Amino acid sequence: MKRFRLSETAIDVARERGALDHAAAGGYVSFEGWVRDHNDGRAVRRLDYQAYAPLAASEGEAILAEALARFAVREARCIHRVGALAIGDLAVWVGVSADHRDAAFAACRWIIDEVKRRVPIWKNEHYADGESGWLHPDNTPVGELAPGG
Amino acid sequence: MTYRLLYFASLADRAGRAEEQRDSAARTPQELYAEVAAAHGFAFARERLRVAVNGAFVGWDHALADRDEVVFLPPVSGG
Repeated sequence: MKRFRLSETAIDVARERGALDHAAAGGYVSFEGWVRDHNDGRAVRRLDYQAYAPLAASEGEAILAEALARFAVREARCIHRVGALAIGDLAVWVGVSADHRDAAFAACRWIIDEVKRRVPIWKNEHYADGESGWLHPDNTPVGELAPGG
Repeated sequence: MTYRLLYFASLADRAGRAEEQRDSAARTPQELYAEVAAAHGFAFARERLRVAVNGAFVGWDHALADRDEVVFLPPVSGG
């Protein structure tokens, strides 16, 4: 069963949520990551996500399997967009169902943190001044990549 | 040996390509990265990157085989 996937099209949260249904679950927690119009003091017009798809899929799947082993949750899912996104678009969705809310909140937080830390996906921001740049995990630019570059 | 290299994000921009076939005497990712970093002007220290061979993470001293797909992964920024 695939719990993690990349999507080139908009994420339909209402449809995806159904995968978390479980008779023993008392609730579900989700995280939606959206494209915001600013970063590091600069106005952002849109962004592109690029992924090394085979490894992103296997690493994402490993994260969700680890979450199910680590937390008392019933089901977990994550979908990450790739391609061109506009301000306000849903970029990443995490959903977790559990018998009790503490585990659901903890697992959801852990999953999004691990996805941002480990899955080979890169964000390229396009700024209002016409420049663009790939970002580091801490959202600072990669501009110092090469000497003089 | 001939390797297929894929480049992503800032490394693809710097190399001016998303992939290349490369004949190389390098036998490990460490040796291969030193070679392509010099060829393309990559300034990322190896310690800041991860490396994958044929779709799985490996160590920098992994023994490469002919026709391997090698990817040097810049720091990620998903989410």
